Amino acid sequence: MRRILFAGSGLVLVAVFFAAASYYKSWRSAELGFMAQENASVFVRPHSSTLGSDSAKVFLVKFTDPACETCAAFSELVKQAMDAFPGQIKFVVRYAPFHTGSDGAVRILEAAKNQGKYWETLKLLYRRQSTWTEHHRVVLDRIWPLLPEVGLDVARVRADMRDPRISAIIEQDLADAEALGVRKTPGFFVNGKPLETFGQRPLAQLIKAEIRAKYPK
Amino acid sequence: MTDPEQPASQGMDRDWSLLFLGWLLATLSTLGSLFFSNVMEFAPCVLCWYQRICLFPLVIILALGLFPLDRTVVKYSLPLVVVGWLLSAYHNLLYAGIIPASLQPCTRGVSCTEEYIEFGFLSIPLLSLLSFSALLCILIVFKRRSLQ
Repeated sequence: MRRILFAGSGLVLVAVFFAAASYYKSWRSAELGFMAQENASVFVRPHSSTLGSDSAKVFLVKFTDPACETCAAFSELVKQAMDAFPGQIKFVVRYAPFHTGSDGAVRILEAAKNQGKYWETLKLLYRRQSTWTEHHRVVLDRIWPLLPEVGLDVARVRADMRDPRISAIIEQDLADAEALGVRKTPGFFVNGKPLETFGQRPLAQLIKAEIRAKYPK
Repeated sequence: MTDPEQPASQGMDRDWSLLFLGWLLATLSTLGSLFFSNVMEFAPCVLCWYQRICLFPLVIILALGLFPLDRTVVKYSLPLVVVGWLLSAYHNLLYAGIIPASLQPCTRGVSCTEEYIEFGFLSIPLLSLLSFSALLCILIVFKRRSLQ
């Protein structure tokens, strides 16, 4: 009798936990979907760097931190998705520089934009991440020697990265991350829908589902 | 219960139920804490982690004390509850601003005074204090009954 009571209440508690978790996630998803319709600018700002066709109907928004290892690991998946559905996906980069000092890396990235090397620099930063991060801290002095690899003028980057407009971009992106509940990076949204479970497979499935919904055969 | 209706076993039933109540509370609090961190994705601050260290093992320790009923379970669980209660009391004083911020131990990472969620007057640190207080009462009553 006692054992049944014990096991029964344990099972009930665990079941309630999972039911509540599932309810919370769908509620959150619905709320963000509503936000995507009513307030699309939270997901894409005019300053945001985008890749892909302007007529694309599937917006893939990534809140990223150049110093985040998982963000780097996901960049390959994003590229594969863009290749698999040409012209149908618009990729948007937003910043959530949560690591110590990674706002410096974001500044370099934005400064590289002035020289038309934004995507090359982003790819470089991801690829060589282990050389310029140490114990989850950014060591800016190790980034400078890497920049000529993509043909950047380092002196110009150093001057441009102090632009107060870049500070405003970072602040706006952090505020939007907060509003959208992004507390970890990478934070993905596909047409405003968040990942219910984090992972490469769930992201690929969410992208495919949105492609099917927007481009019915 | 299936036990014969004898005064001694009735007392044992009450003790068992009391300990079971404690286990239920510890389990509920643990799952609630996991809900905040893993479902709602609120990162736990340092003080929250110390309290979790005191709370999570109770789910297992109290369950072990239930089968068969073992009164010495108090010896192993009460110290955790007392330490958890003290940490929680300190956390609430910090959260309410009664202890100045300069004394707080956690300046890096997640701030211990960051307000995540409040249900009326109930905050997450207060939920923890209520839970540890109830567990403390349950274990003290259990201990007294065992001494008689």
